[in-house]
Amino acid sequence: METLNGTETLDCDMLGTRAVNRALRALPEGTGARVQAPRGRHNLAVGLPNPVAVTVDGNAGYFLGGLGGTKDAGGPDIVVNGFVGWSVGENLMGGSIRVRGGASQSAGASARGGLIVIEGDASLRAGISLKGGTLAIAGDAGAMTGFMAQAGTILIGGDAGHALGDSLYEAVIYVQGTIASLGADAVIEEMTDEDVLVVKRLVEESGFDHIEPDDLKRVASARQLYHFSTHNHGAY
Amino acid sequence: MIEALDERGPDSSGIAVYGDRPVTEGPPVLRVSLGSDEAVDWLALGCSLLDVATSGAELHRFGAGLVLDLPETCLSAVEQQLATEWPQVKVLGTGWNLRVLKDTGRPTDTCARYAIRSWDGYLAVAHTRMATESAVTVLHSHPFVPSRDLCVVHNGSFSNYATVRRHLVDDGVRFDSDNDSEVAARYLSSRLQFGDDLEEATRWVMKEMDGFFTLVITSGDEMSVVRDAFACKPAVVAETPAYVAVASEYRALAELPGIAEATVFEPRPEEVYTWRR
Repeated sequence: METLNGTETLDCDMLGTRAVNRALRALPEGTGARVQAPRGRHNLAVGLPNPVAVTVDGNAGYFLGGLGGTKDAGGPDIVVNGFVGWSVGENLMGGSIRVRGGASQSAGASARGGLIVIEGDASLRAGISLKGGTLAIAGDAGAMTGFMAQAGTILIGGDAGHALGDSLYEAVIYVQGTIASLGADAVIEEMTDEDVLVVKRLVEESGFDHIEPDDLKRVASARQLYHFSTHNHGAY
Repeated sequence: MIEALDERGPDSSGIAVYGDRPVTEGPPVLRVSLGSDEAVDWLALGCSLLDVATSGAELHRFGAGLVLDLPETCLSAVEQQLATEWPQVKVLGTGWNLRVLKDTGRPTDTCARYAIRSWDGYLAVAHTRMATESAVTVLHSHPFVPSRDLCVVHNGSFSNYATVRRHLVDDGVRFDSDNDSEVAARYLSSRLQFGDDLEEATRWVMKEMDGFFTLVITSGDEMSVVRDAFACKPAVVAETPAYVAVASEYRALAELPGIAEATVFEPRPEEVYTWRR
């Protein structure tokens, strides 16, 4: 590994995944590193506790940046100059991940905190089981986005696929484009002033200036699946 | 390419290549790829097949199999000879210019063992298997070639394959293994025989077969990709003016020439993508 303009450079052609991640973990707070030639490799920049700046130069594989940061103290700021495979930012706790391209399935799955920004489209099940994190998608989101999401925010600048927000708990989804269909117990609600404020802040953070904060659909839980209803007795 | 995905399925691997043989003058020649789950005296087998394939037949021995080039008129005699004298040997695939190889073990080892890098061709399909539904043997490996030049590879698992197979067996279709993917391949082939085109036949597979699947289907001059409604299994496509490539993961495409300029996208569920040569 070598140091270039005060930023460490880690070449995936020379280093295994563990060596790359160990070097990233060892970075002192406030410093940064560039990861080069990722060539779709999995598990890069996973579990980084510190606020450091990591740039991944190319297309990455599964679980990029997962498990990073802490809920209270923030975490790493990761930028991917390319696209990512399944489960980017899975179980993210804090910090941010910005993907310049698209994301494959399950982006931000179970993220408890932090911000995940997808500048392209996201595939199926984006934000599945979200637990407090924030997911901003500039383009379209695939089917079953927000499936069983418990807490947190999902912003979709393009269109949403089928079964949006199926079995939602208390997470909220904002959609600018069309919704192919809503999932079980998901409903479209009126945007409140507070919603507009949340989106305004998120648009600023993500840089998605194609999104009009007061012209969105708010998708949330109708809370009809929270309790057993005797009406459904026959189904069991 | 496939070596990058070794860890996805280390138990068996298979490769089919279209256009491995230079086009020669004279009557068209069929290529038959043979393999077996048992130890076979391939030299004796070759001699016995050349005995019945009277004129113009040619043998190529390699590793755990054998390739036979022969005029179409000799095919039934060869098939008859195999069925009666060599029941443990199966036809891995038949085509006008298709070569099929299957073996157990990692693709990296298979590619090295059979010097895949030296093979030529315009279309290639490679598969690495992590068996879930049936045994790990040569004949259970992908790709499946249920009819001439038709090649199917599958990632996933089908749940209603026994039912579909019973119907096919009733219709006289024969199977070489109890692999669920072979059922999808032979069902597809039966649809094509009914007169469907590749895209229609692929839609029938989607309709009739329950389960998880990403399928890549090739004929001599077409390639289709289809994923189940839930897109349970991954797929990524790279398109350039020079080629189209499909893989389970980008890692398999990362070393392709011009990949940086390629249009790379994830095929949507339940959409049949077809490319023609």
